[in-house]
Amino acid sequence: MADLTSNFVGIKSPNPFWLASAPPTDKEYNVRRAFEAGWGGVVWKTLGEDGPPVVNVNGPRYGAIWGADRRLLGLNNIELITDRPLHVNLQEIKSVKRDYPDRAMIVSLMVPCVEEAWKAILPLVEETGADGVELNFGCPHGMSERGMGSAVGQVPEYIEMVTRWVKQNTRMPCIVKLTPNITDIRKPAAAAKAGGADAVSLINTINSITSVNLDLFAPEPTIDGKGAHGGYCGPAVKPIALNMVAEIARSADLRGLPISGIGGVTTWRDAAEYLAMGAGNVQVCTAAMTYGFKIVQEMISGLSDYLDSKDMHSPAELIGRAVPNTSDWQHLNLNYISKAKINQDLCISCGRCYAACEDTSHQAIAMSDDRVFTVKDDECVACNLCVNVCPVENCITMEQMAPGTTDPRTGKLVEADYGNWTTHPNNPNRVAAE
Amino acid sequence: MSANALTPGIAAGRLRSDDLQQNFADLHPPMGQHEAQVAADRCYFCHDAPCVTACPTAIDIPLFIRQIATGTPEAAAKTILSQNILGGMCARVCPTETLCEQACVRETAEGKPVRIGQLQRHATDILQAKAGHPFSRAAPTGRRIAVVGAGPAGLACAHRLAMKGHDVVVFDARPKAGGLNEYGIASYKSTDDFAQAEVNWLLGIGGISVQNGQALGRDITLAQLQAQYDAVFLGIGLGGVNALGADGDDKQNVLDAVDFIADLRQASDMATLPIGRDVVVIGGGMTAIDAAVQAKLLGALNVTLVYRRGRARMNASPFEQDLAASKGVRIITNATPVQVLGNGAVREIEFAYTDDTLTPTGDTFRLAADQVFKAIGQTLAGSGLPDTDKGKIATVGAGRTSIAGVWAGGDCATGGDDLTVTAVAQGRDAAEDIHATLTAEG
Repeated sequence: MADLTSNFVGIKSPNPFWLASAPPTDKEYNVRRAFEAGWGGVVWKTLGEDGPPVVNVNGPRYGAIWGADRRLLGLNNIELITDRPLHVNLQEIKSVKRDYPDRAMIVSLMVPCVEEAWKAILPLVEETGADGVELNFGCPHGMSERGMGSAVGQVPEYIEMVTRWVKQNTRMPCIVKLTPNITDIRKPAAAAKAGGADAVSLINTINSITSVNLDLFAPEPTIDGKGAHGGYCGPAVKPIALNMVAEIARSADLRGLPISGIGGVTTWRDAAEYLAMGAGNVQVCTAAMTYGFKIVQEMISGLSDYLDSKDMHSPAELIGRAVPNTSDWQHLNLNYISKAKINQDLCISCGRCYAACEDTSHQAIAMSDDRVFTVKDDECVACNLCVNVCPVENCITMEQMAPGTTDPRTGKLVEADYGNWTTHPNNPNRVAAE
Repeated sequence: MSANALTPGIAAGRLRSDDLQQNFADLHPPMGQHEAQVAADRCYFCHDAPCVTACPTAIDIPLFIRQIATGTPEAAAKTILSQNILGGMCARVCPTETLCEQACVRETAEGKPVRIGQLQRHATDILQAKAGHPFSRAAPTGRRIAVVGAGPAGLACAHRLAMKGHDVVVFDARPKAGGLNEYGIASYKSTDDFAQAEVNWLLGIGGISVQNGQALGRDITLAQLQAQYDAVFLGIGLGGVNALGADGDDKQNVLDAVDFIADLRQASDMATLPIGRDVVVIGGGMTAIDAAVQAKLLGALNVTLVYRRGRARMNASPFEQDLAASKGVRIITNATPVQVLGNGAVREIEFAYTDDTLTPTGDTFRLAADQVFKAIGQTLAGSGLPDTDKGKIATVGAGRTSIAGVWAGGDCATGGDDLTVTAVAQGRDAAEDIHATLTAEG
């Protein structure tokens, strides 16, 4: 059986599943329950500087979008950093860490952009016995209006500066949490690296308005008739986060910068995908907020079984496996030709592939009077839309054409050799083939 | 002392009233809001959907289900009712398991179709609970049309004609409108006086007057109607009942199942309805099942349904057969009644076993019977009607009969199965044809 023990920038945990800095990690009671349920570590909800704590709204903090059967797909929040006194949080962190020495205890921090503020709080955190700190440069609502959170994360120079202050003022590993509300995630990641960060974690939440109340004509969640944008998370953001993780993982300049993957991790499979895309571990929030802490047990058994099935002994063998295969469009093999194929034994004749292809794509599916659907190879460009809209898994597959055969659509021979856009004759900027 | 299941002979009040109330409650209770959302989400929104093809009224099922899924059940109801003005009743009585839900691709995929009938009821119930009527009438044409029979065919025809701007008079022999919706459907399929509520809602379009107690051949004649109206639609159903044709079938308590079913529907208190301890129902269709199940629900101890051929030939769907079995009805197949025994009233009935070609095997058996309900088919009744074919009014196209200016539809006419939904389709289509004919005449 695979050993799930994780070592992320020197921080050990019994598994690579951490709870992200968020409401589930705001206090001792919750974190103890999380550790009892089996979570490998937590990032304690963001602490601010000493003094009167921030206040939260007293109306709804969350908005959501749902799929079938009210399955929660995306969650939006306007909650701020912890609204409990600093000393209470610190005492509780110390207490929990003492009782759970094998679990990772990371403390998220957000204080003003002056070195004194960081110098003041870091020793207090060290004193709790915590394993590391995570710098919250991502929170996109409320705190950003006060020059913190994503207001820092959107300026690489600030990221580098603050990270350097932190590294100079503590022995603890420093993880920099990045905001996705930028155009190129590699820039803030590079700034964190330049500042000496031990790792980056991403993504924080995405600026969002989940829905508009059509009776009140106001965004949800609505407070006294008004709403504000919040931060979006949950399964819906996973594709965006995975891409950002990949951008960093495959950047030549950033290669080797450890990544803690965050964004819509709901099942073991999501976690495995993040690891394969280069994350050293994952952080989870929305799934726990939707289903409770027990989900980690499915994540542990699922990842373990998957690793066993791949003959891997630890997550370390999985980390980064998909990175070399994550490329740019211009390097995709244009000589690879496939055609959709409909398995008539599995087909239930719903006709969705036909409607999609006929109405919106390439008119490459034929429909007979008795509702038999077949692919017209001379029209099919292998776009995969039929596969995606088919309600029956594996009913439609993409079958590669063997080199040497003729593509009935183009009348050309399928070439065995790799060939991409960079050398394609239609490319005005092509480079000469060697 | 009051009667119970064991009380010999025929007795009323075999069950306590709360048991009766529970027995005759809605067979399929309406879906809740969330249940409907989840059920609606299962629809794949098929291209050229098979369920629509399978529906005799061709309701755009994927569209109405999507309208439910997106929180607009009233728009869904309008989609349904624009094709089938009795969509509320059809949602309750259609054998969906042999129509739309059989064709549903999820039946193919998983053996669990989208619950189309229940979703249709969800939408139509919501719309019909609101005041007003969703359809409006075209400008008056000055034409008057007589509709004979206020059953599903006649009502559908009348509504469509009224929409087109014609004035319609509906004649019906019974005291209430609705036809078999009011008199011929098991009580647990149409609770809370739904049939009358639906008729009243339908008449909300205006331009339709209903004259009850007017029987064709007794109070009115086809010739009179032809003389007084611009067109006539016959939706008179099948008024006759087939005879048993067994020795002694004139004994007391050998009854027509359709009358029993009608009595149940009209009863204000089920506890007043007498039912035998031992009941035998003869037939294999929906009427037989409705009678047998309700006999059991009234408290009969032993209810046996006997059908002359094999199970596969029964007109009642497997769902209906299972329903009967689940209520404790015993189904015997391949047996034909040969003799009704008893001194004045039936006491026993003797059957001969028969193979699927109805050839007797030579073996017989007897069943104790305080009551025998005959449900072996209905026949067209009346004289002076248009030409018939195989016992029904012969029609071509959209219900045109052998007499110019006279249309027919529903159970009394040829074409299609004897289903509520088929009757609605035929009435609707005849109305369109009547309108086209009258308009063409100028």
